[in-house]
Amino acid sequence: MVSSAPPHSSWLPSALRRVAPLPGRAAPRRRARALAAAPARSAPPAGSAILAVEGLTLTFGGTTAFEAIDLAVEPGEIHAVIGPNGAGKSSLINAISGLYVPQSGRVRIGEATFSTVPAGRLAALGVARTFQNLALFKGLSVLDNVLSGLAGAQRAGFAAQALGLPHARREAQAHRARAAEVMADLDLAAMAGRPAGTLPFGVQERVELARALVARPRLLLLDEPMAGMTATEKAQMSRFIREARERLGSAIVLIEHDIGVVMRLSDRVTVLDHGRRIAHGTPAQVQADPAVIAAYLGGDEHAGEAA
Amino acid sequence: MNTPMTALPHPARFRRLSGPAGIGLLLALAYGLVPLVAGDYLLEAILTPFLALALAGLGLNLLVGYAGLLSLGSAAFMAVGAYAAFNLSLRVPGLPLPAAFLGGGLAAAAAGLVAGLPALRLRGFYLAVSTLAAQFFVAWALNRIGWLSNDSPSGVIGAPRLVLAGWSFEDARGRYAVSLVVVSLLTFAAWRLVRSPTGRDLVAIRDQETAARIVGVRVARTKLLAFALSSFVVGVAGVLWAFAYLRTVEPAGFNLDRSFQILFIVIIGGLGTLRGAFLGAGFIVVLPLVLSRLGAALLGDGFDSGTLEMVQRIVLGALIVAVLIREPAGLSALLDRLFTRLFDRPRRVPA
Repeated sequence: MVSSAPPHSSWLPSALRRVAPLPGRAAPRRRARALAAAPARSAPPAGSAILAVEGLTLTFGGTTAFEAIDLAVEPGEIHAVIGPNGAGKSSLINAISGLYVPQSGRVRIGEATFSTVPAGRLAALGVARTFQNLALFKGLSVLDNVLSGLAGAQRAGFAAQALGLPHARREAQAHRARAAEVMADLDLAAMAGRPAGTLPFGVQERVELARALVARPRLLLLDEPMAGMTATEKAQMSRFIREARERLGSAIVLIEHDIGVVMRLSDRVTVLDHGRRIAHGTPAQVQADPAVIAAYLGGDEHAGEAA
Repeated sequence: MNTPMTALPHPARFRRLSGPAGIGLLLALAYGLVPLVAGDYLLEAILTPFLALALAGLGLNLLVGYAGLLSLGSAAFMAVGAYAAFNLSLRVPGLPLPAAFLGGGLAAAAAGLVAGLPALRLRGFYLAVSTLAAQFFVAWALNRIGWLSNDSPSGVIGAPRLVLAGWSFEDARGRYAVSLVVVSLLTFAAWRLVRSPTGRDLVAIRDQETAARIVGVRVARTKLLAFALSSFVVGVAGVLWAFAYLRTVEPAGFNLDRSFQILFIVIIGGLGTLRGAFLGAGFIVVLPLVLSRLGAALLGDGFDSGTLEMVQRIVLGALIVAVLIREPAGLSALLDRLFTRLFDRPRRVPA
């Protein structure tokens, strides 16, 4: 399989190539670890991208979610992924965050390269994400939800917490201060004590963003953070996203349907259709691309039938 | 910026019942008034089993209510705690009583850790069924391995003398005191746990396991920790049940019925609240008494113990259904509503 691997993997050190993935789902965890353990320092990865997706393919049974996707996200960049429903956008985010196991291709996050990203290590890799259908901890307060975003940064062990040892208390205090900062940034301070499940939808989206931002991620994956929002809420959310990039320098991958928002907010855009990348570039370039126009308007040859 | 955050603003309902004043009042009652005025019957037949069952419910609630992991093996962990403490005090001469309690709890925690391994793969009902394995294995081991019960017929064990630093706690008042101290200490520890970052991790896993994994909660480790901690508390409850309440126990006393009883305590009392275990245990202990009094008053001699047991089961079953439909959050939520209605009524502005 390695020999047939596409040329873009040529920068991989040989040790890495030897354990390069076979197609299928066999032992993804071990594979990921082996790949990650191999240092990639011999050849600097192409470009300075914080996230580099190369030839990623994901199928469910016989259905292809996406195929041979390439995506490179530079530090501090807001990179929108757009496309019609079912284009594979959410599946791509889920594969990048390790929830789906792709059949082939690689994901490089920072310096570590994976065939299957270990979801449990995302926080340690400096990656945070939000979910399309909200995945808040409904039984916890807003403050606790935001604090939980620092779970990966938790160093004090359980016994130290229970006994209230000084380092555990210092850590808890520092985390609360950081959570308060983020909640103030996102206008959530007033509802710190409210159970997250009782809040309106738009506020819950903001809590999810706060939970993702609290750990100061270098890569932030936002899966439709503005779905179902009013224009005012969208403007507010766009402002929060832009501010997050300015304050933390995070690179942001943004899935969004509202083309207006995408054009205003993003530095670069990748367009997916039917699981393939049909265009990428600046918002203006993408907007003028005939393939994109065709995808969004239903394609030339079907235009007559659709009417 | 720190000061307002450290005093975490609880919802108003929590403040009233679990505020320092309420807790202080309860402790004063339990430690001061009750031993003074209560008779032996109340102490040893009602309050001591109440405390042991409440502690078992508290332990199970850490697992079911907080971490969202369903277990039907509580009685097995109680048995492991009781038999381990029995063996420790039997085979280690001069072992102080607290060490026997601790040892019983640790043995139960180890058993819980093993029984919790399937939780890494299974959840919900599938996990519950897998914990039945612990239930049946422990019963089998206690009946078959004579050494565990010091070769007594049918595995019956007798509690050692409850003596600490020359003081005897053998009488009803002493056994109540031992139970009360143990339950207070472990309740305090559980309260610290659920408010700690680890407690937050437990709820995160319960509410959204995928998101918990993504934010960096070590899911497998935390689940096993939940099993170990929960089983520790349940194991100590088993020691209380054997040493302070029954004094002689057999393996059959820790059968599946007991596991269900503990689970009902948690469900009726309120999942994911510490006081729910106490409310549920109080309910389970008091209900048979009320029913037997009521039955005797209504039916006279026709109400024998067999009828009582039947009626008890029917009423308990009906009440569980009623509670689940009317108030899935259990008695503790009902109590909250009651308090809100009594005290939080919006005051009228005087004309």
